[in-house]
Amino acid sequence: MSAARRIGAVMLRHLYVMRGSWPRVLEMAYWPAINMTLWGFTSQFFSTHSSWVAQTGGILIGAVILWDVMFRGNLGVALSFMEEMWSRNLGHLSVSPLRPHELMAGMLGMSLVRTTIGVLPAGLLAIPLYHYSIFDMGLPLLVFWLNLMVSGWAIGLGVSALVLRFGLGAESMAWVMIFALAPLSGIYYPISTLPAWLQPLAWALPPAHVFEGMRQVMQGNGLDWGLLGGAVGLNVFYVGAAGSVFLYVHHVARRRGLLLNVGE
Amino acid sequence: MSIRKRMRRRRRVELDQGRPAPHSLGMTQPAIVVDNLRKSFSGQVAVDDISFTIAAGSTTALLGGNGAGKTTTISMLLGLLLPDSGTIRVLGEDMVRHRYRVLPRLNFSSPYVELPHRLTVAENLTVYGHLYGIPRLKQRIAELACELELTDILKRPAGKLSAGQKTRVALAKAMLNRPDILLLDEPTASLDPDTADWVRGFFQDYQRKSGATILLASHNMAEVERLCDQVLMMKQGKLVDRGSPQDLLGRYGRDDLEQVFLDIARDRRQPLVES
Repeated sequence: MSAARRIGAVMLRHLYVMRGSWPRVLEMAYWPAINMTLWGFTSQFFSTHSSWVAQTGGILIGAVILWDVMFRGNLGVALSFMEEMWSRNLGHLSVSPLRPHELMAGMLGMSLVRTTIGVLPAGLLAIPLYHYSIFDMGLPLLVFWLNLMVSGWAIGLGVSALVLRFGLGAESMAWVMIFALAPLSGIYYPISTLPAWLQPLAWALPPAHVFEGMRQVMQGNGLDWGLLGGAVGLNVFYVGAAGSVFLYVHHVARRRGLLLNVGE
Repeated sequence: MSIRKRMRRRRRVELDQGRPAPHSLGMTQPAIVVDNLRKSFSGQVAVDDISFTIAAGSTTALLGGNGAGKTTTISMLLGLLLPDSGTIRVLGEDMVRHRYRVLPRLNFSSPYVELPHRLTVAENLTVYGHLYGIPRLKQRIAELACELELTDILKRPAGKLSAGQKTRVALAKAMLNRPDILLLDEPTASLDPDTADWVRGFFQDYQRKSGATILLASHNMAEVERLCDQVLMMKQGKLVDRGSPQDLLGRYGRDDLEQVFLDIARDRRQPLVES
């Protein structure tokens, strides 16, 4: 029996839920599209009043789309896990041959699917609306996308560990926690804008490297390999740490009986 | 002839034809060996130093009042809960260290642990079939649907089923991998007498055909008398008595297990003969 089949089963379970509810699928694409539209008009307004924005058309739209990659990456993991808790399915899963790391891999796989469904339409919509294509970034876009999604995974795994440890009372963390990082991530402004004492903290976060790198690319300076290396290194560290925390909490849950009767 | 009667007849025919058991168990080693098992939650002892052995191919009942420690014991047998101390060997494997060697040969059903409501019956069985690595899954689901009378409800969401239908779906999930050991938590709770009787018959047939070991927690004493070779009586986390239903009836001088249960639960009467 292969691990791939079990991971596929975890994903299939969530794909069935999505197939059975088109409003869910629509909701995934709805907010990123609305966000992008709002920032698109804001960007158009600023481009006539700010030389910085005018020089780099689409910088705000690119930033908002990529931020949504991280946000959806986080939600994709956390919602997949909470769906198991809401439906009281964790008990059945835990007595099946599914290993905790396979459950985790299934959640990450679903995050990839949810993020693509959510963000891709927003990226495509920006082309006719604002004559801006995020895809013009080329290969760097893929690199930024992957890095931000992995950052989202790290947060999503952390949130899932919190929900497993403290129950569904902690579920709001899935929406709240990531916004604590937003001011430090330099999504819409360079990290140099932050006060000097906050900048080291910002550079300790992978998204700061990604958004700084994105601006470099959009300003025509090419891909900054130093920034990319920083983002990849930090992501490996954070996602590894978050995965370890999730597995540790799962073990604690078995000791404390938290896998029994979990649910709403 | 009703579908139910046809299915019973079909199962009898299969038995008469000597259809081989889905899994062959080494009958020399016990299926479950529990030694000095102990578990407490925040200082409150839930399972207090219990030891027992369950023979392969037998049906054993775990009896006790609410809070006696039955669910905690079953959860530890499934590896869902880690014991504070003691050992559990299932099919010769240590459940704390090597549970994943055993879990593909085990399954579990409880009316209190539901399958995802939004998924249809077929979708639920497909997902769990993949998790258990079932070969020719569509065929297996069709077999189970026929055996458990699920064919008409395969496309219905699990959340929209009646209690009896939910129980049969949970049973189908538990039977997907033709388990060598089946753990059942109050399998006939909230079922009408006809359906409950049918479910008991299903377990008996499966046990006879496959040689599987069944451990069930139940509050239904008639069910225990009908199905079980051995009874383990729990009270306040301890194993207070054990034996076959006939042994217990004889030792307590009672006509039915319900009276024995009440004797033990209320400290009314000691066994006439020590076990």
